[in-house]
Amino acid sequence: MSTSPDSLTHRPEPGAGQIRKGLTLSALNWLGVAPFFLFALLFLILPTATLMIGAFQDADGHFTLGNIAKLFDDSILSAYWISFEVSAASALGGTVIGLALALAAIQGGLPQWIRPTLMTFSGVASNFAGIPLSFAFLSTLGRMGLVTVLLRNYADFDLYGTGFSILSFLGLTLTYLYFQIPLMVLIVTPAIDGLRAEWREACESLGGNSVAYWWHIALPILWPSIMGSALLLFANAFGAVATAYALTGSSLNIVPILLYAQIRGDVLHDQNLGYALALGMIVVTGLSNAGYIWLRSRAERGRE
Amino acid sequence: MKSTSRLGAWVAIAIGTLYFVLPLIATFEFSLKMNRDGYSFEAYKVVLADPGFQATFGYSTLMAVLTIIVGILLVVPTAYWIQLKLPRLRPLVEFITLLPLVIPAIVIVFGYLKLYNSSSWLPLTGNERATDLLLMCSYVTLALPYLYRSVDAGLRAIDVRTLTEAAESLGASWPSILLQVIFPNVKSAILSGAFLTFAVVIGEFTMASLLGRPAFGPYLQLIGANRAYEPSALAIIAFMVTWASMGLIQVFARNARPARKTA
Amino acid sequence: MAYLTINNLHKRFDDHVVVHDFNMSIEQGEFVTFLGPSGCGKTTVLRMIAGFETPTSGRICVGGEDITQQAAQKRGIGMVFQSYALFPNMNVTQNIGFGLKMRKCPADDIKRKVAEVIKLVELTGKENHYPHELSGGQRQRVALARALVVEPRILLLDEPLSALDARIRKNLREQIRDIQRRLGLTTIFVTHDQEEALTMSDRIFVMNQGRVEQEGRAEIVYTEPATEFVARFMGNYNLLGAADTNRLLGLNISGHLAIRPESIHVLDGHSQQDGTLAGTIRQHQLLGNIIRYQIESAGITLQVDRLNRTASDLMPAGTEVRLQISRDDMREVR
Ligand SMILES: Nc1ncnc2c1ncn2[C@@H]1O[C@H](COP(=O)(O)OP(=O)(O)OP(=O)(O)O)[C@@H](O)[C@H]1O
Ligand SMILES: [Mg+2]
Repeated sequence: MSTSPDSLTHRPEPGAGQIRKGLTLSALNWLGVAPFFLFALLFLILPTATLMIGAFQDADGHFTLGNIAKLFDDSILSAYWISFEVSAASALGGTVIGLALALAAIQGGLPQWIRPTLMTFSGVASNFAGIPLSFAFLSTLGRMGLVTVLLRNYADFDLYGTGFSILSFLGLTLTYLYFQIPLMVLIVTPAIDGLRAEWREACESLGGNSVAYWWHIALPILWPSIMGSALLLFANAFGAVATAYALTGSSLNIVPILLYAQIRGDVLHDQNLGYALALGMIVVTGLSNAGYIWLRSRAERGRE
Repeated sequence: MKSTSRLGAWVAIAIGTLYFVLPLIATFEFSLKMNRDGYSFEAYKVVLADPGFQATFGYSTLMAVLTIIVGILLVVPTAYWIQLKLPRLRPLVEFITLLPLVIPAIVIVFGYLKLYNSSSWLPLTGNERATDLLLMCSYVTLALPYLYRSVDAGLRAIDVRTLTEAAESLGASWPSILLQVIFPNVKSAILSGAFLTFAVVIGEFTMASLLGRPAFGPYLQLIGANRAYEPSALAIIAFMVTWASMGLIQVFARNARPARKTA
Repeated sequence: MAYLTINNLHKRFDDHVVVHDFNMSIEQGEFVTFLGPSGCGKTTVLRMIAGFETPTSGRICVGGEDITQQAAQKRGIGMVFQSYALFPNMNVTQNIGFGLKMRKCPADDIKRKVAEVIKLVELTGKENHYPHELSGGQRQRVALARALVVEPRILLLDEPLSALDARIRKNLREQIRDIQRRLGLTTIFVTHDQEEALTMSDRIFVMNQGRVEQEGRAEIVYTEPATEFVARFMGNYNLLGAADTNRLLGLNISGHLAIRPESIHVLDGHSQQDGTLAGTIRQHQLLGNIIRYQIESAGITLQVDRLNRTASDLMPAGTEVRLQISRDDMREVR
């Protein structure tokens, strides 16, 4: 990859014909990627940019910080806060449990078939989000759900008597975990595969036990990947609409649902505040993704 | 020491399995209870016979197929061209293809509604066909991260430049290079991306709902809000569709391995 | 009594026997080499000594104490891995200090000892570098320092130089041997490079298919191969089967006859000396200070080495010569 063809065509050559040929060639090169950039501009960048601008405008198109200020109203702030809690809880749970599952399957000394099975299943479950997932959890942990009923009939335990509800913070988090855990398994597996058996053996031969290995070597090596994955999971949950909407309707006040309702014209009747809400979401997911990318590049750099 | 950690591993896997299988069992069990007098597939019959189901599922399938075709036509030449001629642009293109993971779907579609509403410079939401087009484009953006990554990886696994130069030196034209040399070699990568796209698009709710199109996702939501047993049957059907998509990816990934070695 | 003794060691993976009735004993301070072709089980034996694999049967004793079942971290046996296995999250100082930290050494001691060993392996100035910032040779020396600093009872080196280029390899060879002598370390060195084995070791164990084919001092293994395998592996021996031996020399033997190429003397074609064989030069290769001829005699091609003194010495193909082989240079091998 040291000399790319277009750097060759740009090499100054004597003769105008050569130069013209070089120019048309490089123009052609750009033409090859033009459809992609046009598409990205029309359907990804401009729509987002126009919202971001709209967030700083009032209804007449004048500049204002009023929309941003309104984000700090109690009701909206609390929506962000609940969103943050649900995303953080499901990201944290997904990270820890997903890591444990991946470690068990890869390094736990289990039979060979466990790993590919877990991977395939994770591929399915991480994509089984949205409305069908909420149906599944309603059938499981809803008032008439199988687990709820079994617990009541056989364990004499009234789940809903404890204040639990599938429509609550805890219920939503449990539901989100269904795609968060497999997602974690999928993204952390390459990092675990990167742990080399010799590191453990080197540690042993230097007098370190299992705990020392995990504490001083494996976890520090995995750490950037784990943190990065957690951030990705967080962003993943923060932007999710369908699962929450189908599960709770508008009863749980989280940002994506607030925004959904706002767009449908149900609640706020304030376009520009909607833009600000969207901007807030981009900022949150953008920051956590940036963190993910930064940590991932750190994790890669550390490899021998 | 070793045996306790193995026990721990078994426990982790067992709990994980329980957590993931229980909701499926519960959903399935619930879906069989439509008839008062015992288990039956009544809910499935009702669902499958519902014209709403047929129409929306058909619509979403069509959307998914169109998304895949447009996505491939957009992504494959771009990824190929970037590797061959413009490697400098790779970071930028990669960044753009990852944007849909950063910008939530609801934000993207909100942007469409602002940019392309009926009083704008390009009133795509004005008529139904144009809105369908917009919805398909929104799905292409959703699929972009998956499609681009798997195609790019597939292209990296073969040596694109050498293959192209070999074909050129044998006198092949550009279309035939793409169609007969590059495409067959990344077919399995493309298919993986395609099935993943299918799984993501088929039950998509947010965009279809906000653009007001009669897709499977909004239909699911509607049934969920109004019926008792049908939603469970639908969830099982959706799960099987997802499973089939992923299963097909596995099949193609497995078939691809020996092919890649000889390439 | 020997410091490290291994008795009847066996190792089986599934139904595949990899190490077969392996026996050895080495003295304190000795430098021995396992030499053998790829896949012959060198690493596996080393890993059993280190405690990373459990033998199927057999016994490993160090200083009279049976360590066969002991955990690796209790053995006090240092290992340098072929791939170095440096911890990527630690810099040079931390990597080297890790073993001392595990032994709960006071921080001051760790600092002092690490500084000493860094000087010993000539890595001064690289203390704060991470493994990915080091060259291959430097990584190798960090790995060596990390194993040395805890003063292991036995040091195991698994092809530590095979990933390095020829010049660095020669340098490090000498450096390792030098440090080993200075510290009086009992060392086992694994290699499949016979030159490396010959230049470094007190004693060589030639291994083949999980067994020791021959053990002995370097010069003896080279000049007196005990088996056909060793003769083939160690030098470019001419190996003659029983029939060929009879035809060429009129001798009756049961195994193989091994004759080193440099021990065959080439005489003028008109020489009438007794006990010489007629031969014809077929071709030659120039190996620097040596010219290697392929000479045909009685339908058998022999390799013969001669010193490359002057260009006019070179004998072209087709030259008729006479060959003289002393009885003492013929070795019958199994
Ligand atoms: N964990 C294992 N499971 C099964 N077979 C193994 C295992 N480890 C080694 N073997 C087999 O044991 C044999 C000896 O392997 P070993 O690594 O000891 O060879 P070696 O002499 O070190 O070779 P090299 O010079 O290539 O490193 C090989 O045939 C190898 O395939
Ligand atoms: Mg080896």
